[in-house]
Amino acid sequence: MTTTAHTDTAALALGDDALVLSHRLGEWMGHAPVLEEEVALANIALDLLGQARILLSMAGDEDDLAYLREERAFRNLQLVEQPNGDFAHTIARQLYFSTYQHLLYDRLATGGGPFAGLAAKAVKEVAYHRDHAEQWTLRLGDGTDLSHERMRRACEALWRFTGEMFQPLEGVGTDLTGLETPWLESVGAVLGRAGLETPEGPRTGAWRAGAGRQGLHTEPFGRMLAEMQHLHRSHPGASW
Amino acid sequence: MATAAAHRTARTPGYGGREATAGEQDAYQRAFDAAVAADERIEPRDWMPEAYRATLVRQIAQHAHSEIIGMQPEANWITRAPSLRRKAILMAKVQDEAGHGLYLYSAAETLGTGREELLDKLHTGRQKYSSIFNYPTLTWADVGAIGWLVDGAAITNQVPLCRCSYGPYARAMVRVCKEESFHQRQGYELLLALSRGTPEQHAMAQDAVDRWWWPSLMMFGPPDDESAHSAQSMAWKIKRHSNDELRQRFVDICVPQAQSLGLTLPDPDLKWNEERGHHDFGPIDWTEFKEVLKGNGPCNEQRITQRTRAHEAGAWVREAAAAHAAKHSGDSHENRESRETGAKQA
Repeated sequence: MTTTAHTDTAALALGDDALVLSHRLGEWMGHAPVLEEEVALANIALDLLGQARILLSMAGDEDDLAYLREERAFRNLQLVEQPNGDFAHTIARQLYFSTYQHLLYDRLATGGGPFAGLAAKAVKEVAYHRDHAEQWTLRLGDGTDLSHERMRRACEALWRFTGEMFQPLEGVGTDLTGLETPWLESVGAVLGRAGLETPEGPRTGAWRAGAGRQGLHTEPFGRMLAEMQHLHRSHPGASW
Repeated sequence: MATAAAHRTARTPGYGGREATAGEQDAYQRAFDAAVAADERIEPRDWMPEAYRATLVRQIAQHAHSEIIGMQPEANWITRAPSLRRKAILMAKVQDEAGHGLYLYSAAETLGTGREELLDKLHTGRQKYSSIFNYPTLTWADVGAIGWLVDGAAITNQVPLCRCSYGPYARAMVRVCKEESFHQRQGYELLLALSRGTPEQHAMAQDAVDRWWWPSLMMFGPPDDESAHSAQSMAWKIKRHSNDELRQRFVDICVPQAQSLGLTLPDPDLKWNEERGHHDFGPIDWTEFKEVLKGNGPCNEQRITQRTRAHEAGAWVREAAAAHAAKHSGDSHENRESRETGAKQA
């Protein structure tokens, strides 16, 4: 039973990452800087929502888990709950997360564990997400002076949320600490090509590393959940 | 009857930039008229009367604008969708609308008018979008009512456009209509779930249908005898059926569907007329239609403000992309040259 409980823990953590980032990307709809990005951001949001539904269903009822848990019960990384900010912040968040998710799913796909099936499919989607983030990092970093400055600020602002990704996670079936070096190399290479420095600040989060995975979140997350859960909770027991 | 190929030769100018003589103009006009009469497609390089071109740009632009403004009332509910399945369906739908906007702006581009120019006209109020999107989505059920009624009305209007005389528009509409009919079924299914749900959900569905029914009937435009552009568009086969014909067709389709949904349509005069073989329906409040069209609807201001704000807030991103492309256009040019050289050598 312990194995199952641990699998549930990991499924919730990975599922919440996908659910929360999908929600944030969905907030862009109707507000994107160019029509092509309305399509692209929605596409990424839909991929993530699809992953979230599979992962949450491994741990229980997808809607009960998404709509009826309190903030402290969510296990997502603080990175993915950060507000969209300007387009540069959204792209920096995408670059950091999709690089991590790609490394992780690539391992899980070949690991033969409970997540292998999902990861084999999702790794192809995430390769596109990473490419999208990389292309925009290059355009913004190596575009105009203004875009360079905004991209630099965004990369720095979100840097402190990146250490959490590599904390051990029970039941995931792979050593997350081992992803850190390839992640740093990959992100550093993209930033370098975009003419941006790799930020130097601490990477341990506002509280301590692993805070989101332990149910400690940042203030904007509670408001995000209030909006997401309001309608579902207003009609207890109803089907939609 | 001349063949399509003969029409094509006769109506495609080939005078190297020299202005056509009056005789040549006449020949083009005759070839164009013959092609339209023979139900052939007019293509971007073909000669066409300036008024035909202007009418198409106006209509395609209005359609494209409606798609991107239409994203707003539905995106209003993405972050509050009450189940993950509904959330996925709604996000995919709003994404489709952005995609439709892309095809339609591209179709307008084939007539020589670019997306930037059209967006500028939308933002400054010189071009319109469908007035239906000036109504607010107040509850979750409105998402269903938009799918069932608004997309249903749009399909009734748009299916004949798949046979429109202008090729790129007709082809874009084939794809748009397929996706719209999917949206219409999803809207119906959403309302059905609410109608059969709790009493509160049923009331929510009925309230949404009460609010969206009349504005949906107005989507077919003014009555035939007051429609400014209809006669010429019918002659050019841009338009195939009159506003009133399409409106009647829509009412006849909706009545049995409302019964299956267990919802009522808010019109005491709605009844089957055996003699006409159609449903009679009550008078439409054209004063409201005209007011909304003039800019006095509940959301006109809000829709354009959000649209303009997103466009302005995104200017630095578009400028960065353009600057990056310009810096690296040399690279890709060299790459292209080396590829071409390589190909020649091979």
